[in-house]
Amino acid sequence: MSERASAPFGAARSRRAAQDRAQRGSAGSVSDVFARCAAEGRGALVGYLPAGYPTVDGSVDLLTAAIEGGCDLVEVGIPYSDPVMDGPTIQAAADTALRAGFRVRDVLTVVERISAAGGAAVVMTYFNPVLRYGVDAFARDLAAAGGLGVITPDLIPDEADEWLAASTAHGLDRIFLVAPSSTEERIASTAAASSGFLYATSTMGVTGARGTVDTAAATVVARCRTHTALPIGVGLGVRSGEQAAEVAAFADAVIVGSALVAAAGSTGVDGVRALAAELADGVRRAGVPQPA
Amino acid sequence: MTPSSGTTVQAGDGIATPSGHEPDARGHFGRYGGRFVPEALVAALDELAATYEKARHDDDFLGELNRLQRDYTGRPSPLTDATRLSEHAGGARILLKREDLNHTGSHKINNVLGQALLTRLMGKTRVIAETGAGQHGVATATACALLGLECVVYMGEVDTRRQALNVARMRLLGARVVPVTHGSRTLKDAINEALRDWVTNVSTTHYLLGTVAGPHPFPTMVRDFHRVIGMEAREQVLERTGRLPDAIAACVGGGSNAIGIFHAFLDDPGVRLVGFEPGGDGVETGRHGATLSEGSPGALHGALSYLLQDDDGQTAESYSISAGLDYPGVGPEHALLKDLGRAQYRPVTDAAAMDAFALLSRTEGIIPAIESAHAIAGALDLGRELGPDAVILVSLSGRGDKDVDTAAKWFGMIGAGESAEDADGTAIAQRSPAAEPSPGTSSAEPGAQTEGIQL
Repeated sequence: MSERASAPFGAARSRRAAQDRAQRGSAGSVSDVFARCAAEGRGALVGYLPAGYPTVDGSVDLLTAAIEGGCDLVEVGIPYSDPVMDGPTIQAAADTALRAGFRVRDVLTVVERISAAGGAAVVMTYFNPVLRYGVDAFARDLAAAGGLGVITPDLIPDEADEWLAASTAHGLDRIFLVAPSSTEERIASTAAASSGFLYATSTMGVTGARGTVDTAAATVVARCRTHTALPIGVGLGVRSGEQAAEVAAFADAVIVGSALVAAAGSTGVDGVRALAAELADGVRRAGVPQPA
Repeated sequence: MTPSSGTTVQAGDGIATPSGHEPDARGHFGRYGGRFVPEALVAALDELAATYEKARHDDDFLGELNRLQRDYTGRPSPLTDATRLSEHAGGARILLKREDLNHTGSHKINNVLGQALLTRLMGKTRVIAETGAGQHGVATATACALLGLECVVYMGEVDTRRQALNVARMRLLGARVVPVTHGSRTLKDAINEALRDWVTNVSTTHYLLGTVAGPHPFPTMVRDFHRVIGMEAREQVLERTGRLPDAIAACVGGGSNAIGIFHAFLDDPGVRLVGFEPGGDGVETGRHGATLSEGSPGALHGALSYLLQDDDGQTAESYSISAGLDYPGVGPEHALLKDLGRAQYRPVTDAAAMDAFALLSRTEGIIPAIESAHAIAGALDLGRELGPDAVILVSLSGRGDKDVDTAAKWFGMIGAGESAEDADGTAIAQRSPAAEPSPGTSSAEPGAQTEGIQL
């Protein structure tokens, strides 16, 4: 993939951003986030919101509220036209952002503003926008903006040669997903390709808040533990402090998306801050994650 | 085998014999193909690939497939000399491969019966499918009725309206049709919704994908189930004419009928392979579905291939009068054939396709699917380019019953709010005195208007 001459963030800026991070002692890396949480005797709370929803500025406000409420790490989503892993809530938010004129480069602005304020951010994206931007150029520009890594829900390590090289070159964590249907071999190979943490989907399905957390979640986390020392985050279906406590009892991170997006849509920044606080309480209540 | 069919090919030959043009072990055709999917689907794709690999060497499976394709589908499909149509193609001899005569009315049944048998082998009881024109949905509903499988078909809401007949057929066959109401509400969004269903219900459900797109093994497996089209046609053309055709014309949406007929001729360098894409209002207007002609490489619906996208990698909305071609992606093997120059791909406008639709109806007594009318329009152009000595093989992939409403509106036989039953039989005669379109009409002519059609 060709690099863009007009890319907003250059390599020099990338180095400067890394130095800034080191001096501030802030976010640093995804591992640092987990280390800090472990030092407090608890798991991490990870919150997802899409960039550009409802506007670019509005999404920065919402992500900031999520961090103020207690999210240790935020996933900044790239709205995409064909989100096949997402349920209705996140689909609708992506539509809103795209109709409002969201451009992929806006995610870099959002990440830069979150990071400059001391927040820890990774990007979550379907792969085609990254392919189109240029895999290396995207990694370079995201690192320059202070982003820590990328979660790739429709990219498996088998197809990720270019991303593995680019993420290594620019010091980004690569967070791949495992599912209840994954074989032992695939859990092992996916974990080996991952860094920062391993994302375990709690259930077979698309994103969306659910009434109960699937019992498959604990099983898939236990299976992952036998293959990796990486922290393991669990996503899909968590919406309340009670559920967060339940998941945090066996997982290193509780990942919440649709519920935060729904809160943003109904009650805005105050709703997001309040839900993040409730979820963070749940995570703290659970204490140190115990092997499932 | 009846001697008059001109072929000894069995449907199972397409899967049992390697084509010599295989992707790598992970389903890559050059840089295209592969698996750009959630990890949650990988186990099901591996299971499907393994089941297919075993079945293609299993005599029981091949025997059942051959029996069904012969006694149920009606294979082999005939080859028809379109002599009156040929007069409009510069005198070139046009041979129609009659996939429209298959049970359910299109080539889709070739793949559907194969995958339905695989579904049973995998012990799955529920089948989901996407459909655009409804031909794949009808074929899937048919196979599920035959084999006693639960069937759910996702169809864009726009398409449920323009192909209402096929919606009724699917429901008669016992399938549940789910209109998809987001995005462009066409085939692309039906596939998105089917993928969401699949990732949720994968333990009991097979996604019976209807074209040569999607993640590995679909592009290879679906192609192989359709290779029978080209294998039969090759023998039939040789028997009929004593030589190979000069060119082959097929319509390309996802590309299943095209790859099926092209494949038997890939190693015949003298045979031109030409795919005709939906040019809609003309590619210069931006309202079209000409993915290979106008698109660029990217990942959509599980594979890397050409697609219509904007500068950010957001999928562009496609447009075509033909619901079955209205898709912003295309199968990865076509992407490779384009890059290699082994096949060419050209757009055909709505207007040119509808001209050809009327012409085939009036000259040969065959009402084609609007999808297949794109291939007819392309063949007329190829004939004029290649001259009267040329032999052109056309994949007539489907029949046009489902399109009667759309055609009646296009030709002004009925108003926008009316249905085909309101069509006045005298309308065409009053509209234009001449019996046939003028032979000079070019399918590549972007400004061709409906008023130019001489019915």
